[in-house]
This record gives sequence, C-alpha cells and structure tokens, in this order.
Amino acid sequence: MEGIVGYGAYIPRNRIKVEEIAKVWGADAPSYKKGLMLEEKSVPSPDQDTITMSVEASKSAVKRAHIDPREIGAVYVGSESHPYAVKPSGTVLAEALGATPEAHTADFEFACKAGTEGMFVALGLVKAGEIKYGLAVGADTSQGAPGDALEYSAAAGAAAFIFGRDNVVAKALKTYSYMTDTPDFWRREYQYYPQHGGRFTGDPAYFKHVMGAARGIMDKTGMKPPDFDFVIFHQPNGKFPFRVGKRLGFEEKQIEQGWLVNKLGNTYSGSSPLGLTACLDVSKAGDKILLVSYGSGAGSDAFIFEVTKKIDEVRDLAPKTRELLDENKHYLEYGEYAKFRQKIKKAN
Amino acid sequence: MPTPSRYWREIPQRYRLEAQKCKNCGVVLFPPRLICPECKSRDFEDTKLAEKGKVLTYTIIRVPPHQFVDQAPFAVGIMELDDGVKLTGQIVDCDFEDLKIGLRVKIEFRKIFEEGGSGILCYGYKFVPDM
Repeated sequence: MEGIVGYGAYIPRNRIKVEEIAKVWGADAPSYKKGLMLEEKSVPSPDQDTITMSVEASKSAVKRAHIDPREIGAVYVGSESHPYAVKPSGTVLAEALGATPEAHTADFEFACKAGTEGMFVALGLVKAGEIKYGLAVGADTSQGAPGDALEYSAAAGAAAFIFGRDNVVAKALKTYSYMTDTPDFWRREYQYYPQHGGRFTGDPAYFKHVMGAARGIMDKTGMKPPDFDFVIFHQPNGKFPFRVGKRLGFEEKQIEQGWLVNKLGNTYSGSSPLGLTACLDVSKAGDKILLVSYGSGAGSDAFIFEVTKKIDEVRDLAPKTRELLDENKHYLEYGEYAKFRQKIKKAN
Repeated sequence: MPTPSRYWREIPQRYRLEAQKCKNCGVVLFPPRLICPECKSRDFEDTKLAEKGKVLTYTIIRVPPHQFVDQAPFAVGIMELDDGVKLTGQIVDCDFEDLKIGLRVKIEFRKIFEEGGSGILCYGYKFVPDM
C-alpha cells in the first residue's frame, strides 16, 4: 500500500524568546506566553531560506528512504516564503538532491497548508501509478510585522516526505480535504508583511476547517478519536491545537508528541508536517496517526497514516525532530534578530 | 559577481560536490578539469566528495567583500574531508570560541550570497559543526 517511505526535518539553530520581543514593544511577556502558549521561536540565519531548509530536510528523507534520488518523479515545495517571486524553489531542491531532469516540479502556496498540499498531490501521483516516488516539502521562513502578535510566533522550519508504494514506514490509509473562501489572513503582492483578521482567524477559519477536515476523514473511515495514537493539528499558537482537539474529543496525550509550537513557533507550511515527523520518530508498528493541516484562505488537508515495522529500520538514519528542537540552540537578541530577518532599513 | 550562466555551470559542484577521479593516477579533481594536472591523463570517472571532514585551518573575516557584508564577521576554513580532499568554505552555525583546528564538520546547503536586491540567489555548500 502507498505511503511514506522516508521523512526528514530541519530546524535552524537560532531562537528568540517571547520576553526578548515583548521587551522591545513594551508588551507584557507573561500574558503573551500564557495567551499564546509560546516560549520561544526558531529564526533562520541570513544564509537560510525555504530552499536551503527544504534541501536539508529532503536529504534526511532520502537517507531514511534509502533510494536513488533519480527515481523521484515529483518534487513539490509548499511555502508562503519562496525566495523568488518568479523562479521555482523546487528546481533548486531537485538539482541539489540529484533528482533532475526526469521529474515533475511545482511550488505550492496556500498560507500554512502548502506543505500538506504537496503531500496530497505526491501521494496521489504514486497511487495513480504515474511515478515511483514523490517528494513533498513544507517549509517556511515566515515574517510577522514588527510588534504584531504574529511576530511572537512566525518561525522557520521544514519537513520533507517521500511517498512510494514499497517499503513504506507509514501507510496512507485515507486523505480528505475541506476548504472554503474565507479571508482570515493574506498578503498582497509586493507587501512585505501579512495582514490578518484578528479573532476572525479563530472560529470561522481555523476551527471550522480543522474540525471539518477531521470529522470528514473520520466519517469516511468510520474511525473515532480513541482509535488514534497520535494526532497533529496545525499549530499557529500553542492553544489552538489543544482547544480543537478537545472539541473533537481527543485527549491531550494524543496531541503532545506532535505539539512543537511552544519551543518552535509557527513554521507555517512546515508546522503540522514537522509535528508528523516528531510523531514518526517515536512511533511503533500499528500506530495510527491523524494529521490535519490548516491554511488561511482557507482550508485543511487531513491524512490518516498507519505506521509499519519498517519505521524501526529508518528512524535513526537522520536527525530526530525533537533533537533538532532541543539541542544546539543559539539565542538571539532583538537587534540581531531584526538584522537576520531584514527588518532594518539600510542605505543602498 | 557571477553571471547566471557561470553560476549555472558550477551547480553540480556547488550543490552536489560532484568531482572527477583520474583513472590513471587516482587524484580527485574538484572542480573537474579536462587534463589531470598530476599525470596529464584525460581519462576520468565521476565521483562525489565526502560530506564530512575536519577543520585543517581557519580565519575570521571581519572586512568582507560587499556581497558578504551582512554576514560579517564569519569564519572561512580549509577542511580535510574524510576522503582526503581539501576544500575551502565558510564555517557557520559555530561560535568562534568553539571553532578549533580538528573540529569535525559536515556539509550543509546554504545561500552563499545574493546578487543585489534583484539578481539571482546563489546557493552552495558551507560547513557546520558535526554534532
């Protein structure tokens, strides 16, 4: 059965604490930490972007899949921070892996769910028999406007998945998508920072679509919340995943392993995919995993995976997600962070 | 600054560390050449450089070329890869007090520089500590 044959994660080592951002803007750090359930977030170095993180996550996925990159027939990068406005990220990724020239490549963009869009399409092409392996990456180096609530969460990271038919580490039992036209978050052409609808991003946006996708996929498969060992919801802040999980009937222990946001921030297209990598890192044969992404605009992709015994052979072949999250951290002051994120105006 | 065509020509080396090995004398050439500088042979086989190695020597650049100004100060070193090849590159994600001769390093894919605000983005290998 088709599913994931290899996976990889990448998180930059730089971090900035909520207190450091709040100090600059005169905000109350404890209320942000409590309100958003965030402690710190990852920050890319000036020489890191969606492409570089996609390459590193994908190299780990290739190691775990133990395949010849030339057999990858599709390379998809989902991001809202593609480094070029016109020129694909996927071509650089495919070239760096050695997957060119016989591959279909596309860049996806759908706020925070671009990563699972690529996964959806890559898996579909494998199931259709069009390609042997398909690579999909969710990656972002997202920006929040200085002083905006988003600045406390917009982070950087990437997760990559290779889909195939043989030697899968997790069978893809079902996919389901749920979407409407809901303008809760956007960024117009030539604008540097996104805008959002404040509280409108909650019930009519995140909760409606995540719950719609989760209920839809469970209805289609006849599965119930207790049937899952792990569940990952998109993580724009720390509270939303637990709140939506509670509304759907999941327990906190099902969510905790894939809940990275308190130390990572919101990695946008990489958010729920990175949660999936963290769950695969500790899963065992037979475990069932529900993944539900969310992208503003708005929609959710849902996947149900069943882990196979193959996971024991591959998980140690590349860095584990929580190791990347917890080790080798480098804390930035706000000035250094502002320089890294090109928030400082310079003379030409 | 490289033109897009020059950058494009170097992609196999910058992205994938593709090299050549002389079939006659065994020397590894990076980047590939038409004639082996050691034995003048023209007979090569494709190979790839090792992605791990150690720092042979390094320096800290504090006054860099203009494309690298935002990265200063940064470390540049000569690494001896595990296959014996010596390769120059930036060493990043390493505090200077931790940077030592003999430090184990590995390759990471990074942005090398940007051609101004509207030119191409140039990617390639850098070295990071191998934790």
